[in-house]
Amino acid sequence: MFEYAPAPESRSVVDIRPSYGLFVDGTFVDPSDGGSFKSVNPASEEVLAEIAEAGGEDVDRAVRAARTAYEKVWGPMPGRDRAKYLFRIARIVQERSRELAVLESLDNGKPIRESRDVDLPLVAAHFFYYAGWADKLEHAGFGANPRPLGVAAQVIPWNFPLLMLAWKIAPALAAGNTVVLKPAETTPLTALLFAEICQQADLPAGVVNIVTGAGDTGRALVEHPGVDKVAFTGSTEVGRAIARAVAGTRKKLTLELGGKAANIVFDDAPVDQAVEGIVNGIFFNQGHVCCAGSRLLVQESVADEVLESLKRRMARLRVGDPLDKNTDVGAINSAEQLARIRELSEVGAAEGAQRWSPPCELPDRGFWFAPTIFTGVTQAHRIAREEIFGPVLSVLTFRTPAEAVEKANNTPYGLSAGIWTDKGSRILWTADRLRAGVVWANTFNKFDPTSPFGGYKESGYGREGGRHGLEGYLNV
Amino acid sequence: MTATATSARSDLSELGRSETALRTFLHGLPGVDQVGAEQRAAQLGTRSIKTTAKAEAIDLAIRMVDLTTLEGADTPDKVRALAAKALRPDPADPSCPHVGAVCVYPAMVPHVAEVLAGSGVHLASVATAFPSGQAPLEIKLADVRAAVAAGADEIDMVINRGAFLAGRYSEVHDEIVATKEACGDAHLKVILETGELATYDNVRRASWLAMLAGGDFIKTSTGKVPVAATLPVTLVMLEAVRDFRAATGRQVGVKPAGGIKNTKDAIKYLVMVNETVGADWLDPDWFRFGASSLLNDLLMQRTKLTTGVYAGPDYFTLD
Repeated sequence: MFEYAPAPESRSVVDIRPSYGLFVDGTFVDPSDGGSFKSVNPASEEVLAEIAEAGGEDVDRAVRAARTAYEKVWGPMPGRDRAKYLFRIARIVQERSRELAVLESLDNGKPIRESRDVDLPLVAAHFFYYAGWADKLEHAGFGANPRPLGVAAQVIPWNFPLLMLAWKIAPALAAGNTVVLKPAETTPLTALLFAEICQQADLPAGVVNIVTGAGDTGRALVEHPGVDKVAFTGSTEVGRAIARAVAGTRKKLTLELGGKAANIVFDDAPVDQAVEGIVNGIFFNQGHVCCAGSRLLVQESVADEVLESLKRRMARLRVGDPLDKNTDVGAINSAEQLARIRELSEVGAAEGAQRWSPPCELPDRGFWFAPTIFTGVTQAHRIAREEIFGPVLSVLTFRTPAEAVEKANNTPYGLSAGIWTDKGSRILWTADRLRAGVVWANTFNKFDPTSPFGGYKESGYGREGGRHGLEGYLNV
Repeated sequence: MTATATSARSDLSELGRSETALRTFLHGLPGVDQVGAEQRAAQLGTRSIKTTAKAEAIDLAIRMVDLTTLEGADTPDKVRALAAKALRPDPADPSCPHVGAVCVYPAMVPHVAEVLAGSGVHLASVATAFPSGQAPLEIKLADVRAAVAAGADEIDMVINRGAFLAGRYSEVHDEIVATKEACGDAHLKVILETGELATYDNVRRASWLAMLAGGDFIKTSTGKVPVAATLPVTLVMLEAVRDFRAATGRQVGVKPAGGIKNTKDAIKYLVMVNETVGADWLDPDWFRFGASSLLNDLLMQRTKLTTGVYAGPDYFTLD
């Protein structure tokens, strides 16, 4: 009866160039061997731009530029002056946030509502927050005169392209390091627009370098002998390879890897808000979230009621055009990721779990997957153990708080967890026993630059965000 | 709902007979997390309703307005003028629908009844010692009977907040039952005065209490205390009517009142109805706005959509 008319955000607010070079030493340059690849809009499979592919020589050039900038300009610069640049970048990000949000949605497939209301405000907040630290490092709790490490090699994923860039670049620069950053091959565009923002902010040449490419580029970067620090966010598999590659070198390493978070709903939970939290936990950003609440653990006595509410709520999710302001769930980022989600979902059904999706029409072109839940899942199912990284929720039940904790911890990962209960003491009891880096109580997927974020076990090591996030970029 | 899913339908009608049963039931309802409820309401407020959807929403909102005047200074001429506007909100455009109802004090009911007779616009009257509800029960019931006798077909009552906050749920319940009886065929809207209940847990309990006692509508506010209708309060009430229907099969309406002044706000409420309880409630029989200045803003936006230009406020009647 009440159909929302299309409300598309205008894509003309952003100019996408037909091709992009590498951002090295303050300017865009062509790669030495001229290689390139295409970045596509996952919602339509339309090619957005031709992107330069950096080879070993290009990476070397970028690392040397970063080294020079570190030794000559950024390293010796007083913290208060570094802060000025970071504040300036933060303000430009805010001023150009609409442009960046549209570009992010085009390149990544996430709904404009999320890039506009979550990603971009957090990106600006991270730069503002770490700008404030730049001249106060001696008060960060790492000694009287903490020194930067030098050149940081940073490799980031495609799920929050610009936000992950901010998580990496802001603390590195605040601490006095220079960076060479490689964005994911499917989502390089906002990082390249960020390079233009660095130019606009008059950031000294070589402080931020952006090299685009796929796995080979990333490998060349982290293995380069000229880098002092490696920071990676991505899959556990690649994280392991990087840890092996830097073993025995002087390079300091932080890893933020996969997850299979438990979202625990106790029988006294505020049901309507818990359902919102479950939806936000797994369908936010199409489930492309390393800390997604992909395992719902619900107390058996309220399981039917919670699932009924959850299904009713899922039927209201609006799946479709990422640029429509009313879209809740956008496109899957790539054909490769879609294939993985499909494969694991088929395994789930084959292993005997019950699959359910609300009726929803998916566009013909592009990469799409309907929000899906599996009920009757046990700890032995692959969909309860492996990270799907898509809009797929596995529902398990438990009978007692101890059983909930046992199941929640029974995973090689340990990035995040959620607790839903009206009882404060139960929140504290449960949080104490969960082996996860972030525990949310009566909320989920909440981020703030002041709050450290990171994992236990195979979800990685090191923390990003907060005072703690500086440690990975200081010689302490 | 935990409490309702496990109770058979017939059990609920018995709840009102015992203070203990009523208390156990109301305190067994799942809690409301304040942060989560407010966040959900804010998120729904970001929906972008444009073009055809906006036109549809504006006409629906006009049909849902309870055009209200509740002033000590109301006179027969004043309320007759309001009733005339209710029938033809936009004299220049016959395609503009009439509003849902006119809402006045009992003494003004006969004057409005003359104008509305046979029009399909309902006549609502606030009764039960509105707005405080602080009068002996007999006087409140006489107030109701007088309003119905004078021609009101909808009665907006206020609950006894003092008794509710003191935990005397039976007293509140029995008063609603008695008022409903005094209403006869008239529809009963139960005003919870959510601004005085303070917590969302209380709003949910009061909603259930009013529905258990037989209210046909639950309404947020009198408009006479500083905090009137808000989106999160309305969200909690919508969840309550949704769950009540699932448990009992009976559908109850919702009326936010007070403080809803413009089209943008009204559309946020309609989006919330749409995404919380669905199309069954998107009808003047099940959702109303208690408002006065809202109507003119809806008319201005409606004219803007049909003509493409904003007309000045002088082109809309002031009542």
